[in-house]
Amino acid sequence: MEDTAVEEPEVSGAAEFAPALVAAHPHGNSVAVAIGPELRAFDLRAGLPVSLSDECGGRSHSDAIRAICFSVSGALFASAGDDKLVKVWKTDSWRCIRTITSEKRVSAVAISINDLYVTFADKFGVVWLVTLWEDSAEQVSVDNKPVSILGHYCSIITSMKFSPDGRFIATADRDFKIRVTLFPKNPLKGAHEIQSFCLGHTDFVSCITFTSISENQSFLISGGGDSTVRLWDYVNGCLLDTFQVRDKMGELLGPNETDDSSLAIADICPSNDGSLVAVAIQSFSGVMLLACDLVGKKLSFLKVITMEKSYIPTSLASSLSSELLWTVMGASNMPNQASSHLLTRVRIITSFQKDRLSSDDAGPATLEDSDVPHDEKLLLALQGSLDVTKQEEVLASVLAALKVSMHKMLVKKHYSEERREQRKRGRNDKKIKN
Amino acid sequence: MTTSGTSGGGKLPRQTQPTLAVVGSFDLSQSLLYFLTTRAMTRTTTHSAIGVHFGGSLSSDIMIGMEPRDKVTEYVKERILALRAANPGQYDNISVVRTNSMKYIPNYFRKAQLTKMFFLFPDPHFKEKNHRRRVISMQLLDEYAYVMKVGGIIYTITDVEELGEWMRSCLEKHPLFETVIEEEIKADPVFKLLSTATEESQKVARNGGQTFHAIFRRISLQEE
Repeated sequence: MEDTAVEEPEVSGAAEFAPALVAAHPHGNSVAVAIGPELRAFDLRAGLPVSLSDECGGRSHSDAIRAICFSVSGALFASAGDDKLVKVWKTDSWRCIRTITSEKRVSAVAISINDLYVTFADKFGVVWLVTLWEDSAEQVSVDNKPVSILGHYCSIITSMKFSPDGRFIATADRDFKIRVTLFPKNPLKGAHEIQSFCLGHTDFVSCITFTSISENQSFLISGGGDSTVRLWDYVNGCLLDTFQVRDKMGELLGPNETDDSSLAIADICPSNDGSLVAVAIQSFSGVMLLACDLVGKKLSFLKVITMEKSYIPTSLASSLSSELLWTVMGASNMPNQASSHLLTRVRIITSFQKDRLSSDDAGPATLEDSDVPHDEKLLLALQGSLDVTKQEEVLASVLAALKVSMHKMLVKKHYSEERREQRKRGRNDKKIKN
Repeated sequence: MTTSGTSGGGKLPRQTQPTLAVVGSFDLSQSLLYFLTTRAMTRTTTHSAIGVHFGGSLSSDIMIGMEPRDKVTEYVKERILALRAANPGQYDNISVVRTNSMKYIPNYFRKAQLTKMFFLFPDPHFKEKNHRRRVISMQLLDEYAYVMKVGGIIYTITDVEELGEWMRSCLEKHPLFETVIEEEIKADPVFKLLSTATEESQKVARNGGQTFHAIFRRISLQEE
């Protein structure tokens, strides 16, 4: 077969780059940051950092955490990643109540709406499910091992979310696809009925999120490597609107500033009233806010919030109960990274709601460190340091890695015939245990 | 090479291989026979046999073959063009596409579009670690079920017993497919053609081999 693809130079370590992640408790009780194998949580009510306790004796994960999430109720939190572990934590005590072993590294994790199940995706694109509760009349799989419920054939799942009514589970992959599957009452037998495919992205899909205006009407929003944010009617697999981030960035920054490959969408986050979508863009130092009109089914530009030049958010989060948008910048597994303290930088945007734009003079704006809730304590706990110079050093290297990373990580690599054969020889695919 | 602007289904994926051989343009909004082969594609008696059979009565139905190998696709394309040249006005409803069907099925077909799918003598992928690459698996059956109409039929045939067992077992386990009873299979003219008309099955018969088939119907799940 003729190989017309260009061989991409192998940047050492770039494929291993693990971005820092942030997640916010839906009721605003706490906020969590994951950087490398470390999980850092802060109790916003008590104003104190959380100390996590793991029943296995160890503190936390042993390799980069790739996905974290709170359950919709806020009672549970899940973390998973390269150490092939999925950990489920109770958020009142921050005690780890379950540690699940995956055969392969985990790329996405989600908790079902009723806190009954945890689902996780491995690097083969298979989604596994585990029941969380022990004492129930319902059928539990023998010895409660993970059961595979669906899969994206030979693809990597980048994002996985349950719909707000719990009827569907949406999974997005590196091969431009979003699949929406019916989540059955007894998922142990698998989720075989596909509701729709949301097709339209022309590059990897990096993030998806559900958003709604009312109990009955919810939509799906996605961001991808094609530098677009898209709005979907996920029940029918209809693309409702596409927002071209690249074009807007071109307008804002001028033609010389925009580099084609570095405008992938890193993360998206809806405001709690569904009226705004915050967009983190690879290599843009700030956050773009889009207005999300779910009645007119349109996405449109609102404003950009620029931050200091060296700050590029790698992850976004918000809670249902507050108007704060949490952003974090950081990375682990970078080439030449000191194995010591992993640092992140946390910045918070306040007034993350549409109606604040017209009324207030400021509207959504970045908080100064001194105005951050529980200021120093929170920043120290989540960032790992308050030392500005140290941070700047670290973040500069993160910045550099960010500019190449996402592309390398998610775009399918093309190897020459020779190189491919070489890689095959070194592969060690163990058989799938039943 | 032009890609067909498919009217149904979603957008075409970005292909890394530039050649996409689509013979003529076809309107995918009509009901479709879906034709997937691997080894059998290289012997196109199948095309003529099925083409002749359906050319008359079901001329509005469309058949498309999907094949990841360039050379095979080209070969089939040539055969189709030859058939059209030899039989003017016929075989306009058959086409072939070079694609990785296992990854891009939902890009080509809409929900509940296909009335039949054929998997003829697929690659057995003997090694356990390659089992997940088999064209019939629980995962892929979800997608095949998605693009098939309720009542649509899936035909599989192989001369490798272990693979035959595997495919049958997957289909039996999958909640969206039910067995087609033996009487129905015997009465199905399409099935007869599969086991006698393809050069592959003729070869198997010559060598005194056996073929193993699994034929199932796409059903809808009754919610309890």
